[in-house]
Amino acid sequence: MSAGDFLAMGGYGFYVWGSYIVAVVAIAIEVVAVRAHLNAARRMPGNEELR
Amino acid sequence: MTTSINWFRFASPASFFPLARRLAPWFASAAALLALLGCYLGLFVAPTDAQQGEAYRIIFIHVPAAWMSMFIYLVMAFWCAISLTFNTRLAAMMAQSLAPTGAMFTFVALWTGALWGKPTWGTYWAWDARMTSELILLFLYFGYMALRNAIDDPRRADRASAVLALVGAINIPIIYFSVKWWNTLHQGASVSLTAAPTMAKLMLAGMLVMAFAAWFYAIAIALLRVQAIILERECATAWVGELAASVRGAK
Repeated sequence: MSAGDFLAMGGYGFYVWGSYIVAVVAIAIEVVAVRAHLNAARRMPGNEELR
Repeated sequence: MTTSINWFRFASPASFFPLARRLAPWFASAAALLALLGCYLGLFVAPTDAQQGEAYRIIFIHVPAAWMSMFIYLVMAFWCAISLTFNTRLAAMMAQSLAPTGAMFTFVALWTGALWGKPTWGTYWAWDARMTSELILLFLYFGYMALRNAIDDPRRADRASAVLALVGAINIPIIYFSVKWWNTLHQGASVSLTAAPTMAKLMLAGMLVMAFAAWFYAIAIALLRVQAIILERECATAWVGELAASVRGAK
């Protein structure tokens, strides 16, 4: 099986990769958002030393 | 019976915070490894489906996301019940921490369901019982978060949003049993505790590995977010000051 066949997913590439890519992007957005949230909380008055 | 560990100790944000900080990286690593293994099994090892061809490979994302969307809501409702009953701060913080992750999994379940529906049923969306109740679940998560954000006093926000989450919990059995109660376009359960699985072993293995990955991811991200919530809500308290002093001492 070639890389092209793999990406084509038997003609269902749009649906399969559309699912996997959106799931990965959704998780990446959440991880970035939570890290920003935690950093903001560490910068609050009285918490600064936790950085 | 007496135990050597006093679990109630961890009911206080001050003692739970270091535990969350220590555990989160382990759950995150386990989630990443399981997700890689699950994608390998799902995309390279599992055989092509006889009826659906390669389109069925969406199952490795869709089913774990749909399970987590319901399971996280139940855990959130559990913490809300604890916080209403015992008036504990940490339980409310845990519920607050889980809501965005539950909403994320619900969105992924709906999105991948639509992309799976088009090639197999011929439509991205239908107002059938399973899909409609899952969409209501997404709105319940949004409603919970919006209600929290609308109330300035965190303790009042805890109580009001807990009531909303508990009332909304009725939707979970409706989602789960919708494929039995109504004649839906959505198929019935592929995996159940009472019957032998109807899918090939390798497909099932890939799906279960992805489900565990989703589970560990949810625990890791909730433990990270709850640290931010604890620091926000307990900022400038004596214990945060002591923690800061110990961090300063360690540097």
